Amino acid sequence: MADIALAEPMSSDAERAVAVRRGGSRDTRFRLFTLAAALIVLGIFAGVMASLLIGAWPAMAHFGWAFLYTEAWNPVTEKFGALASVYGTLVTSLLAMLVAVPVGIGIAIFLTEICPRPLRRPIGIAIELLAGIPSIIYGIWGLFIFAPWFQEHIQTALVDALAGVPYLQDYFGGPPYGIGIFTAALILSIMVLPFISAVTRDVFETVPHVLKEAAYGLGCTTWEVMWRVVLPFARSGVVGGAMLALGRALGETMAVTFVIGNAHHIQKSIFAPGTTISATIANEFTEAVGDLYLSALIEMGLILFFITFVVLASAQLMLRALERRAGSAT
Amino acid sequence: MNLSLYRRRRLWNGFFLVLSILAAGFGLIWLGFILGALFYNGFAAISMKLFVELTPPPGEDGGLANAILGSVMMSTIAVAAGTPLGLFAGTYLAEYGRYTRLAFFVRFVNDILLSAPSIVTGLFIYEVIVVKMGHFSAWAGAASLTVIVIPVVVRTTENMLLLVPNGLREAAAALGAPQSSIIRAVTWRAARAGIVTGVLLAIARISGETAPLLFTALNNQFWSTDPNAPMASLPAVIFQFAMSPYADWHRLAWAGALLITATVLTLSIVARILQPKRSQ
Repeated sequence: MADIALAEPMSSDAERAVAVRRGGSRDTRFRLFTLAAALIVLGIFAGVMASLLIGAWPAMAHFGWAFLYTEAWNPVTEKFGALASVYGTLVTSLLAMLVAVPVGIGIAIFLTEICPRPLRRPIGIAIELLAGIPSIIYGIWGLFIFAPWFQEHIQTALVDALAGVPYLQDYFGGPPYGIGIFTAALILSIMVLPFISAVTRDVFETVPHVLKEAAYGLGCTTWEVMWRVVLPFARSGVVGGAMLALGRALGETMAVTFVIGNAHHIQKSIFAPGTTISATIANEFTEAVGDLYLSALIEMGLILFFITFVVLASAQLMLRALERRAGSAT
Repeated sequence: MNLSLYRRRRLWNGFFLVLSILAAGFGLIWLGFILGALFYNGFAAISMKLFVELTPPPGEDGGLANAILGSVMMSTIAVAAGTPLGLFAGTYLAEYGRYTRLAFFVRFVNDILLSAPSIVTGLFIYEVIVVKMGHFSAWAGAASLTVIVIPVVVRTTENMLLLVPNGLREAAAALGAPQSSIIRAVTWRAARAGIVTGVLLAIARISGETAPLLFTALNNQFWSTDPNAPMASLPAVIFQFAMSPYADWHRLAWAGALLITATVLTLSIVARILQPKRSQ
């Protein structure tokens, strides 16, 4: 690999010219090689979109836009609508963000301001380990350990306590299965926590020290410095990190599939079982008989890809802008 | 001096700082809860049988040998195919295209692929390979894992090459080395530890990947080394066994989960040790 043309001793001008030319053509070949690899990355992306569009075409032609707003999911009569799955995907992800964003920011504040220095690295690494655990592990843990525990100790008590309270009993009611939308959302929030806290911590560290010192000099408390100086400065980064986490949560498959309960209905209660796009595909794809059924599942994949694309693209644009600012500031 | 205002601000400060400590505790407790349950249930099920016997029918004794073999085979193929591609693409971004519009576009698409739902990758490979071949196969499974490996390697390769000081490149260029030689003999070598890190992270990422394997490699309860046939994999077997009502299968699922987690955590720790410190 490390053959440098220069290493060979050269005697005459002619030989040298040959070596330079050889180096030149080798150069071009290598450059084209790397360019081709870069184009393959683009090709994969284009391939994903094209194959989803082609696979989804029969369903799109058959159901039209109604696919997006009908709830029916009946393989026997071949009536398919994505609404229940899309609803489940959005609700689980948004609930997960509701928990993960404040907690993630809290962890970042803890790591940058409160934690004693020698503990910072180990605790930071431990939180990041949460991102390294494969999603199927969250799934099996959620199914066998968390859901039964949650059902026995928290859900039943909560359902009893809220029975009779108007509104709340609708949103937190129903038979306590343990599995369902809420359980899936909570597990998702644990999974995406490290994405938020890592990005947030990184942008907190880009805040110029003079700004913080100036605020402390005015007599601000640590909290006031964080809330009024650091967070506004780091806002776009925090939002970008949250969007990145949202993108992950939307597409997460295995962890959700285990604990969501697989019910193609929209129910008011967040304790009720539901389904998400990815869980539906994972559960039903290999068992789907009939072209229309398969095509409907692929169209759901297309919807998921579209939603995550929008979320991830905006996350990236925000984080890119921030990188540029950090780059020009130093 | 308004003492009550002062006291209130101190109280708020204390309140929020305690909340952020609780937030960190929240994260750590789940980590402990998950790893604890995993080790507790997993160790109870680990034995030599796991590595030598095949996945059993319900009610019988068995191991996970075919699933381990399948996971290792498909991951190896995926890494062997994805690493050179990712390495070259990352090299293009860092060395040739750095500020071009094409590079910007590739970077953008690559970062989308990096976080795109893996189940969509499975659908893509299903359409492109499984439908064309007419049957599920380990090749298709490996291909879907390759699609996941590539963006990870591209990203780390580019980042690590950008850390190589330009002085090194200039010194080599001043000696008259053509650019391809500079890249291969100087920048790649200087960034080697970082690039290896990227490959390790990619392996860690795919070794727990389940969703795309479900409808590409499917599953196989027999010993199979034929990449043209469906192949078992640890995650797919865990999924099947955990969702079943049989206690024996649950035990094996826990053992498989522990194997995967141990692999992934070891890989990420090694990767972290190898990773060069971020330059200032």
